[in-house]
Amino acid sequence: MSLPAIHAATLFDKIWSRHVVAQESERFLLYVDRAVVDDVRAPHVLASLAKRGLPIRRPDLVFVVQDHTTPSFPTHRGLGGSDFLDATRAAAHAAGLTLFDVGDAEQGISHVTMPELGVVPPGSTYVCVDSHAPTVGGLGALGFGCGSSELEHVLATQTIWLKKPRQHRIRLDGALAEGVSAKDVILHVLRIVGREAMRGAAVEFCGDMIAREPIEGRLTISNMAVELGARTSLMAPDAAAMDWLAARHPQERSAELAGVRKVWSALRSDAGAAFETDLHFDCASVEPQITWGTSPSTAIPVTSKVPSAGDAHGLAADKWRRAIDYMDLTPGEPLLGKKVDRVFIGSCTNSRLPDLESAARVLRGRRVAQGVTAVVVPGSRTVARQAERAGLREIFVAAGFQWGEPGCSMCAGGGGERLQPGERVVSTTNRNFEGRQGAGVRTHLASPATAAAAAVCGVIADPRRLAPNS
Amino acid sequence: MDKFQIVRGPAAPLLVDDVDTDQIAPVQYMRALEPDYRVALFARWRAAPQDFVLDKPRFSGAPILVAGRNFGCGSAREVAVWALMAHGVRCIVARSFSDVFRESALKNGVLPVQLDAADQGSFEAIATDVDGAAPFEVDLVKQIIQCPGGRVYAFSIAPHERAALLQGLDDVALTMAYAARIAAWEEGALQEQPWLQRVPPRKG
Ligand code: SF4
Repeated sequence: MSLPAIHAATLFDKIWSRHVVAQESERFLLYVDRAVVDDVRAPHVLASLAKRGLPIRRPDLVFVVQDHTTPSFPTHRGLGGSDFLDATRAAAHAAGLTLFDVGDAEQGISHVTMPELGVVPPGSTYVCVDSHAPTVGGLGALGFGCGSSELEHVLATQTIWLKKPRQHRIRLDGALAEGVSAKDVILHVLRIVGREAMRGAAVEFCGDMIAREPIEGRLTISNMAVELGARTSLMAPDAAAMDWLAARHPQERSAELAGVRKVWSALRSDAGAAFETDLHFDCASVEPQITWGTSPSTAIPVTSKVPSAGDAHGLAADKWRRAIDYMDLTPGEPLLGKKVDRVFIGSCTNSRLPDLESAARVLRGRRVAQGVTAVVVPGSRTVARQAERAGLREIFVAAGFQWGEPGCSMCAGGGGERLQPGERVVSTTNRNFEGRQGAGVRTHLASPATAAAAAVCGVIADPRRLAPNS
Repeated sequence: MDKFQIVRGPAAPLLVDDVDTDQIAPVQYMRALEPDYRVALFARWRAAPQDFVLDKPRFSGAPILVAGRNFGCGSAREVAVWALMAHGVRCIVARSFSDVFRESALKNGVLPVQLDAADQGSFEAIATDVDGAAPFEVDLVKQIIQCPGGRVYAFSIAPHERAALLQGLDDVALTMAYAARIAAWEEGALQEQPWLQRVPPRKG
């Protein structure tokens, strides 16, 4: 007699299996609950669908956002002037899709607005034509990035073909030290794990650090899991996640929300569920991080020295040399004190209210150093409104920051910013690849607090040394 | 999408790991809705005073690119595939690919090949030695790459990917065969988890 098989499922398994429509050998047809297309791809994707005569199956589940090319300042002209914005608006209207247009009360970066508007509930599947779609994993939704052609398939069929990814789990425990944030934690994890081990995988984050972390910090970690090479990332939605969503919902949804909490509470990995690897990090000892090289995995504590060839976290000597040369650094020199030209606080990684709060704590009563251009761009109009109400805008502006219009802005340079070759930038974004922020631009990734510290010091600085002014 | 059966021509070695899509197609070169993808391709690498491989006359229009690990990582921009296609690239042999890039390549009739680990080094060495002096032949029907000098490498690819490339088909038509199941899924979700099928109204 055989006992009934007890199958311990992971959080990923639970969402995945709920959404499988069909299977063909190794690939699965997954139902897509929400799809998002942005202003750089919408003109092409929607025109191509129309040309192919393919109707959009569920226009009510598809959203169009203007984020990549929105000008950050009235005097800026975004990528292609207003071509992308105009073409996106026209295509969205023609297709009858909900558009979050420039100037709308709810406009912003897709990975900021979709979670905060409650569009992407826990347990849902989400596809965005942008690699940082897994940001929504911070709320327990299963997000996948894809290319333009893939998105055409999603819009035409409301499904996506995927191979089932390998699964890893990263447990983050420990209370963060003063001046340390979720961004520092994920940069620290990136250095240790690298960009190959979890490529293409589904990564679940858990642990008491996550449980303590506000939802915005969880979104930051899920967002940057993409830089591990992960195809998607997830966190179990707890009471805090559900409260966060409920607080952001219009009245009529709250009643329904109460009923779904029970279903969402089951969205967690069963005890004994198997992962290919189960990593554990003690976050209590994590220090403020900053990258020295041209990959997000080149993060080191801000107080450290530029590594020499021998200890350059797994980088081959030629790659290490190329990165050192590009960043104009000398092996063995401290990063503290390195002169910076610009500071950028924003992007889908770090443009939410707690991010702005943590920068403002450093900035209150201080001024941006001479010679530094400092820009802050809230991730959405909702965040911008909250920040204004909380008096944060005043603090930034009094300190000498420029306050930009919501969008991707300097993250990928689609918003009209012209950075000069050779400029050194401390940026709260997620990618520091060569030329990411402009030809020859040297990007150091860091947290909002570390970026703010660089702005007021004019050099790379340790935010722990700048006690908040009252 | 163009069919892929046999592609013959020079194989350009670009043996660099972690080539991200910001390198393949820098956003600053995408200022028009229909940019010149040929100009955008590796624009910054080509601007530097160095001998960029795809600029060598013998690799002009080379249909095969030999790349390192994690090719196409970073941004999901499909324009990276389009820029490579504008140069004439139809097949990329890499140590590994980012998933999104690999899927976008397939959707555009560009064949991503990942050789067995044991074969990668010797194949890269041949491509480097030959250096464009003689053509390689990628045969998707037989799933082999024929090198100048006679060495043959077999590669594997999922049957549905192979079939789609050989016939120049995209997935939409295939998926439409599941239309009834998709509708049934929606019906079920509406009963069991209606919030998945309904979006809360906008606050306006
Ligand atoms: S903020 Fe940057 S990383 Fe995020 S969606 Fe925009 S361009 Fe991409």
